[in-house]
Amino acid sequence: MRGPIKPGWLVEMIAVWGYVQRNYFLTKRYFMWEVVWLTFTTVNTMSITFIGAGAAQRPGAEAIDIQEYMTFLLIGALIWSYLSMIFDILSETVQWERWEGTIEYTFMSPTSRVTHLLGMGVYAIVYGIIRTALVLGVAMLAFDLDLGNANYAAALVVLAVCSISLVGFGVVAAVMPLLSPEKGQQVTYIVSALLLLVSGVYYPVSVLPDWMQPLATISPVTYGLEGSRAALTDGAGVAQLWGSIWPLLVMGVVFVPLGIWIFHLGENYAKRTGKLKRSG
Amino acid sequence: MKALELVGVDKSFKKRRGEVVRALDGVSVEVGKGEVVGILGPNGSGKSTLVRVISTLVLPDAGKVEVFGIDAVRHPKQVQRSMNRVSVEASFFKKLSAMENLLYGAKLYGVTSREARPRIKDILENIGFAQKRATEPMEHLSRGMQQKIALARALLTSPVLMLLDEPTTGLDPRSKKDVQAFISRIREAHDSSILLCTHDMGEAEELCDRVGIMMDGKILALEEPGKLKARYATNGRVPTLEETFMAATGYSVEEASAEGE
Repeated sequence: MRGPIKPGWLVEMIAVWGYVQRNYFLTKRYFMWEVVWLTFTTVNTMSITFIGAGAAQRPGAEAIDIQEYMTFLLIGALIWSYLSMIFDILSETVQWERWEGTIEYTFMSPTSRVTHLLGMGVYAIVYGIIRTALVLGVAMLAFDLDLGNANYAAALVVLAVCSISLVGFGVVAAVMPLLSPEKGQQVTYIVSALLLLVSGVYYPVSVLPDWMQPLATISPVTYGLEGSRAALTDGAGVAQLWGSIWPLLVMGVVFVPLGIWIFHLGENYAKRTGKLKRSG
Repeated sequence: MKALELVGVDKSFKKRRGEVVRALDGVSVEVGKGEVVGILGPNGSGKSTLVRVISTLVLPDAGKVEVFGIDAVRHPKQVQRSMNRVSVEASFFKKLSAMENLLYGAKLYGVTSREARPRIKDILENIGFAQKRATEPMEHLSRGMQQKIALARALLTSPVLMLLDEPTTGLDPRSKKDVQAFISRIREAHDSSILLCTHDMGEAEELCDRVGIMMDGKILALEEPGKLKARYATNGRVPTLEETFMAATGYSVEEASAEGE
């Protein structure tokens, strides 16, 4: 019954595909929920963009470039929807399997934890890109915004680098349910909310109180948004976006290995204290 | 070489109010290659912790755990390749079909869909599981059918050591018989070594080469069923395994099944 022995890297790649395929199967099975979330995200994005249109009715609106403001909000909503999705999928890695009751089977399989997290990360990025593209399509039909000058390739480079550093961030958050099965996941929602608050999603970071602004400098979302906005509205190229790209590269180099190391510590803690067992 | 060797394994858990529960207390067990060893014990006796320690899901406080001579604590990935587990809860992605769950489980062990599909077909035929139901979501299947799929998932990865933690608990009599017959066939056809934790005395007697009795984290006895019963013989009368269990633990079979974890 045993087949030929495969090289280790091939076994790990088969497992990466296993995680991606499993998540695809789950997305198919929860299709109606996907429709609900896609509708929610689309409506949310449009509502936020309409805030820009509404600003034209406010006193002193002549001083505001409404088109520019609406584009600013639309990009913020889209990019946040994409990046928060990556963070959420990664951070729910443990909690989701605990809810399904499969976590022990995943953790006793011989493939490495890096493979597990890589599989989750790859799926999160592909899924996030498809969903964000759909929302962007609807938004472009709904709003007459000028993105004719956009440098989409440069924006994709920024988002790709940002996705990797956010995967590391998400892996760090994913460890929370291992440390506390009851309250761990709630902590990840707080982290997500803080990223939204400090990263300049719907307003410039400069409007935040002085004590809050340093938090923006350690959020990958801040640089992802700065770079994407510059690429999409000003047509900035990769070279001009270096100021956003290099902090993201540094964060990727730091957060991904740090996340995997912390996850490893969390897994050992859960195995010492018997916290993998609990489900529901 | 022994398939499994535990020597002096201890494991304690801290509960919320600072209370310490000793789940395993100096447990020593050996399972030979191709041997089926059963562990009988009431709920809360430490059987599931024992299985979790062997399957690398719980780290022991002390003692040695070796699977085919490899230290399971120091080299978990190496031992994980050679074993699989079926637990009392058939843990699956409930919305996915049996086939999707099996293909996913196989990939975690480096088995591609192309390799897994013919194996799945064979295994499902062997356990009397209708192929057409393999595409239904797991949540539509009965407990007995889910447990058959759990056995199929374990067998799909060709384990040389199988850990069966109450695989027939809660099944209807027909499903229980089917699953027990399948375990017998696994043993004969695949030369696997099996550690079987159960409440079911008949199951233990029928399937196991040796049977151990576990209580309060300790293995009280571990012998061939005949010898184990002879040990508790009184006035020349050899008791049944059920009577032996009661004599050793002070529990009846019903109490053993009902005691909370």
